[in-house]
Amino acid sequence: MNNVADAPLARPEILRQPIPASAFGIVEKPLSRWERVANIGTLRKFALLVALAVIWEVYARALANPLLFPTFSATLSAFFHGLFGGDLFTKALTSLRVLLIGYGAGIACAAVLTIVAISSRVGTDLLELLTSMFNPLPAIALLPLALIWFGLGTGSIVFVIIHSVLWAVALNTHSGFLSVSNTLRMVGRNYGLRGLPYVARILIPAAFPSILTGLKIGWAFAWRTLIAAELVFGVSSGSGGLGWFIYENKNQLEIPNVFAGLFTVIVIGLIVENVVFRVVEARTVRRWGLQS
Amino acid sequence: MTANGEPLLQVRGVTLQYKTTEHLVTATYRVDFDVHRSDRFILLGPSGCGKSTLLKAVGGYMTPVEGEIRLKGESVTRPGPDRMMVFQEFDQLLPWRTVKENVMFPLQASGRLPRASAEEKALEYIAKVNLTPFVDSYPHTLSGGMKQRVAIARGMAMEPDILLMDEPFAALDALTRRKMQDELLALWEGTRFTVLFVTHSIPEAIKVGSRILLLSPHPGQVKAEMDSLPTGASGAQVTALEQRIHSMLFADSVEEQAVPDHHAGAHA
Repeated sequence: MNNVADAPLARPEILRQPIPASAFGIVEKPLSRWERVANIGTLRKFALLVALAVIWEVYARALANPLLFPTFSATLSAFFHGLFGGDLFTKALTSLRVLLIGYGAGIACAAVLTIVAISSRVGTDLLELLTSMFNPLPAIALLPLALIWFGLGTGSIVFVIIHSVLWAVALNTHSGFLSVSNTLRMVGRNYGLRGLPYVARILIPAAFPSILTGLKIGWAFAWRTLIAAELVFGVSSGSGGLGWFIYENKNQLEIPNVFAGLFTVIVIGLIVENVVFRVVEARTVRRWGLQS
Repeated sequence: MTANGEPLLQVRGVTLQYKTTEHLVTATYRVDFDVHRSDRFILLGPSGCGKSTLLKAVGGYMTPVEGEIRLKGESVTRPGPDRMMVFQEFDQLLPWRTVKENVMFPLQASGRLPRASAEEKALEYIAKVNLTPFVDSYPHTLSGGMKQRVAIARGMAMEPDILLMDEPFAALDALTRRKMQDELLALWEGTRFTVLFVTHSIPEAIKVGSRILLLSPHPGQVKAEMDSLPTGASGAQVTALEQRIHSMLFADSVEEQAVPDHHAGAHA
């Protein structure tokens, strides 16, 4: 464009001596104690929990209607009372047992379905079709049918839990498998891996972030389904679960106990999410750099 | 076996085709070449000459529609650990395994060695690529050059019949690439492994290779096969060979005269 600019400009060579690091104020300095404390995620979450509890307590006291909305302290006392004196603990245990059976069986079904899906095109079609058909179907809508098929008891609840876990886990696992990079697939086949060893040693670890998301969603779905199913019919062979505990106490207008039942679900959810899943995450996807 | 005996790898009249969603593409047409033991054999050509596809076929990921690929006299039908691959991409290491475990994994997965001896061998080869301080690091904490070194160590630890390298240094910066080329040559001096190396850089081909196969593009066909220069050849010799290869590759395409040596670019 401009011809003058094309002429090389004569410029002198520049050489400099770097200043020694001791001449700077700070090259590296440890963070202050406050900054380090603020970096601990658990503490930040705990502070939030405390804040929420305080808001609850203040609001409930201002409302002053224990029948509609008991205070946090009343709920807490009902919770501990139920845990150590009452039957809250056994109810929670009953619920957890059914939940784990259903969750485990759901994951097993999802594993079979996704392995079929990645090994053939028809399998993929089948998974996609089944998922789009059954995923939107609320598990609780199947409960009447389950009652006819499996009778009044653990069997029907496990069945509806499997239904609610299966599709979420299968869908996430399958999309995780599909997103494994082609290079990693070729690396796996280069080692001579085929069939199940290939899935177990390459695809599952590589797709683990998605699988973990599926497991978390499945866990939440399982809880929802379980509590809902127990609310509809809780008593099977004498001892019901948490849903039944909530329902029973509502009928007796023991509202702090209702809140204690809900509180138990929340506490178990918090523990599973922040301890179990967090530890699994820290040991796997975070350590491998698959998730920050 | 000597270099005069039966060739290690025989590629005979290999035509390769692959399907995109809209086309059936012929990547190479009736390519012949022989790789002997301890060769540093280079597949060189511009983008679109099917050199990477050819390497994939040797790796067993593709079946030729015509012709045959034989390794030690046996026809290649599927991928296997006797032909370890080093890819261009940095994501070829398993992210869920440390450097040491990555090198050990194929040794164990292929049932070649039990755990203890696999570990010993892995450490030996990691030391060869100067990564001993990083044996317990996970891949995501390493730089690109270090990841490629791990991949090379992993390939070499298997002591495959032939090491397949698909533009392993193309994604590295120029300084690291040079260093890696020197290191690869030093490793070769130590163990004299056989390597089939794909590149589109003429200087890299001359520096790394002992024998160079030139391919023409669309579809890939053999244009020439020649010896490279011995290490320590003078700069003038290198320049002369570079220009000779350049004029052979681009003889019929005038507009490509000014093509730079290193495209950063994508290829099939």
